[in-house]
Amino acid sequence: MTSKSGNRPPQSDENPLGIDLPLDPLPGHSSLGRLERVLRRGEFAVTAELNPPDSANAADVFERAAVFDGWVDAINAVDASGANAHMSSVGICALLTRMGYAPVMQISCRDRNRIAIQGDVLGAAAMGVANILCLTGDGVQAGDQPGAKPVFDLDSMSLLETIRTMRDDGKFLSGRKLTSSPSVFLGAAINPFAPPFDFRPHRLAKKIEAGAQFVQSQYCFDVPMFAEYMKRVRDMGLHEKCYIMCGVGPLASAKTARWIRSNVPGIHIPDHVIKRLEGAENQKAEGKRICVDIINEVKEIEGVSGIHVMAYRQEEYVAEIVSESDALKGRKPWKREMRADDRMVAERFEDMLSAENGQTPQEIVEGRTG
Amino acid sequence: MASPLADGRTKPGISPEAMKKKAAEKGAFNPAHLTLARRQRKSYTIRLWSVRHSRFLEWFYSHFANTFLALHPVWKAVGYNRAEKPVTFVERGVKGLLFDCRMCGQCVLSSTGMSCPMNCPKQLRNGPCGGVRANGNCEVEPDMPCVWVQAWNGSRRMNKRDAILDVQKPVDQSLRETSSWLRVTALAAAAREEANRS
Repeated sequence: MTSKSGNRPPQSDENPLGIDLPLDPLPGHSSLGRLERVLRRGEFAVTAELNPPDSANAADVFERAAVFDGWVDAINAVDASGANAHMSSVGICALLTRMGYAPVMQISCRDRNRIAIQGDVLGAAAMGVANILCLTGDGVQAGDQPGAKPVFDLDSMSLLETIRTMRDDGKFLSGRKLTSSPSVFLGAAINPFAPPFDFRPHRLAKKIEAGAQFVQSQYCFDVPMFAEYMKRVRDMGLHEKCYIMCGVGPLASAKTARWIRSNVPGIHIPDHVIKRLEGAENQKAEGKRICVDIINEVKEIEGVSGIHVMAYRQEEYVAEIVSESDALKGRKPWKREMRADDRMVAERFEDMLSAENGQTPQEIVEGRTG
Repeated sequence: MASPLADGRTKPGISPEAMKKKAAEKGAFNPAHLTLARRQRKSYTIRLWSVRHSRFLEWFYSHFANTFLALHPVWKAVGYNRAEKPVTFVERGVKGLLFDCRMCGQCVLSSTGMSCPMNCPKQLRNGPCGGVRANGNCEVEPDMPCVWVQAWNGSRRMNKRDAILDVQKPVDQSLRETSSWLRVTALAAAAREEANRS
């Protein structure tokens, strides 16, 4: 069998037979994916959120994923975030795995009942999805179609338990057997910035008990508050049972920050952040700098295993943010690269199509070969 | 104390319109169809009372459950199926008043600080979600205190205060509109008989 990767230098965490194929199983790992390997090796992981297109065009997904190329370990495919319809997370994940990316499929309980969700988990795992993030989801009132029927058949906790049962016991919720169980790395979300603050670490413990192996947090703009939460998490020993990734993101302007604060529940933005944005000449650049500063503080907190960058509609800044904060600590995540022969063909095409040399394609071919 | 003015105000100068405007300036939730007066009229008084008295209700319920279990021969004589309808009627009335019960048929009030989780707009059995507002209210219904913030407060007052840390199974929708009291009693009676036999 010929190697699909051709003469391309081999990269870590990649199947030599093809970038779209699952990795070899490792002892102690529950998935065949890249993100779990990075986290279990103890490296500081970086994930980012892909803004789902409102289109039926695969190129839109590839274009949006290419922005993160070589800067993140996994890409989150959101499931109708904010209760607005977009391309489905299963669809996005299917496209991303084809291209070798490691997607984190988000599942929210708002739109589908337990029957649909269990089916989707099997389908996604069959398409090579190795990471699933279990969410409850926003209420339908938050979106542009508030007349929709909210389902909420499961909640994030019972969803975690359901998928864990499917993976570890090879059974549906009903007890019916699976012939092959989905090997997935299970994630959940945490929000340390919403009341009741006493309960939040216990809730994380509950999620771990239900099956969470990694968690991504809500946007962190208040580092002392997050540090306080992490202190309690460490006291309970939870950071050893689960990889905790801190959610970060740039704010576009003070006006946006104010709007988010009063209109998006669950996101806590302290006054000093807004003051700093207001005082800046270029608010967008300052928003990015605040994000970098937050990452620098957060990555020093014990028990934080990575960051999750949510740069909604500012995805092009993710690479800059990651590089300026040195979140990867010099490490280079997997990058989609062309095979050597593909690259040669592409270069020749460029040559042939450029009108600079004034030759016809036939003349070029004759000139080169002759 | 100032005597109320003709339109129900206690202080001149702060009319409902002015209060509404002030609230709007603060960016608080202010839908067109709900005037301030109507919002204030809608209350969660009894539900919140139940949470504040969760310890008493826990004590009361344990005795009540024992009484129900003692009546097992009666239920058996009448037939659990025939008792279902009148008991459900009473249960819906009592728990509806105290907890705004939604008759899910599998009551978890003892594990949720006497705050009914089915009143959560997302019907979370393992709450709270990440959208709780800074003032402890719901993200979906901004005037309602978050059911799960209340549950946590209520559970802190109870003897079985750590029951809230158990992971709850998803709701069995086929048990909706059935009596949770009778089901628990039947299960307890069956378990007791099983124990006696062995």
